[in-house]
Amino acid sequence: MCTVCGCGDLVTADGKVMSHDEAHRLGLAHSHTHAPALRPEAAPLPFPHVHATGGDHHHYGTGDAGVSVPGLSQARLIEVETSILAKNDAIATANRRVLNALGVLALNLVSSPGSGKTTLLCKTIEALEGAPLAVIEGDQQTSADADRIRATGARAIQINTGKGCHLDAQMVGHAIDDLRPRAGSYLFIENVGNLVCPAAFDLGEDAKVAILSVTEGEDKPLKYPDMFTAARLAVLNKLDLAPHCDADLDAYAANLRRVNPGIEIIALSARTGEGMDVWLDWLRARLAEKAA
Amino acid sequence: MHEMSLAEGIRTIVQDQARAHGFARVTVLRLEIGRFAGVEKSALAFAFDVTMRGSPAEGARLEMIDLPGRALCYDCMKTVEIADRLAPCPICGGGKLIPEGGDEMRIKDMEVL
Repeated sequence: MCTVCGCGDLVTADGKVMSHDEAHRLGLAHSHTHAPALRPEAAPLPFPHVHATGGDHHHYGTGDAGVSVPGLSQARLIEVETSILAKNDAIATANRRVLNALGVLALNLVSSPGSGKTTLLCKTIEALEGAPLAVIEGDQQTSADADRIRATGARAIQINTGKGCHLDAQMVGHAIDDLRPRAGSYLFIENVGNLVCPAAFDLGEDAKVAILSVTEGEDKPLKYPDMFTAARLAVLNKLDLAPHCDADLDAYAANLRRVNPGIEIIALSARTGEGMDVWLDWLRARLAEKAA
Repeated sequence: MHEMSLAEGIRTIVQDQARAHGFARVTVLRLEIGRFAGVEKSALAFAFDVTMRGSPAEGARLEMIDLPGRALCYDCMKTVEIADRLAPCPICGGGKLIPEGGDEMRIKDMEVL
């Protein structure tokens, strides 16, 4: 019996009567009558299978593993052409649609662990003096960061990624559902401290802001180019420590621009407040753009 | 970087495709990976083997096709192919290049039974 469609056993090929499978094995074109009882027409074949008109059908061994023809792949080729991150990207697009409809400015803050993201956020929240905002905190473990944010009076949701090295769009989508950000507010998403993985995962944000501290080394943008390429703005934090660690601020800027010629750079110290006004002006300008 | 997450993405797509096209098994799965995609191919191959267990792609052969890295040179404003993210422009020697392609990571096709 034909294992492709379940039709009859014997066929005529090359002038000889032979079993259907044998004709397939020999690679001979053949035709034979259908035996619909074996495979009701109502049950569609799950693979391409050419049926000619008039009760006969022709097929050439495509599509089934049980029939082998030397030199011919029996497997079916399915064109997929789908990005591996298609699911994440689709959810990110949905997040972006919601945030745009609300006029919410969403910033994805990315950096190495310890660059001062949470301190910068706490100081920013204080300086924004009651402007509506919400924070999504991503860490592998603990709610320590969300606790620090909540201590400022701001609303925060902590996402613990467990073994995960980045936030993805679905996690952020669920957090947005729970946070219900107010129209025209800021949404700060503090990603897991990691300069590699979060670069590839769109969350639906307006921009990535990469935070880099002057203690980390001038060559960091060259070592982790993907993140600094994906970022719109680089915040060079811990400016107050620059004299103590011989930081070369021009070299930081040159290396950032080497991997991303269009990147904006703001140097500041969240601890002393130096440069914070430039950062706050940048935030207000971006929020005004969203409202426009 | 996050090869386990990528492998899980592949598994989801394989399962969706299996439902849509009605196949039971994937024998070969071909990926296109751009030079700047940040994918560590050996790590992805390992994650693939582990993640596909119990899915139609269990035991499938994984083939990865490299796609070139393309970048726009801010000095000569030409789009060029570069092998390395920090390589200078092959035309003018400029050092300011912004990637324009080569971050692809997608399933091209698969052979199924």
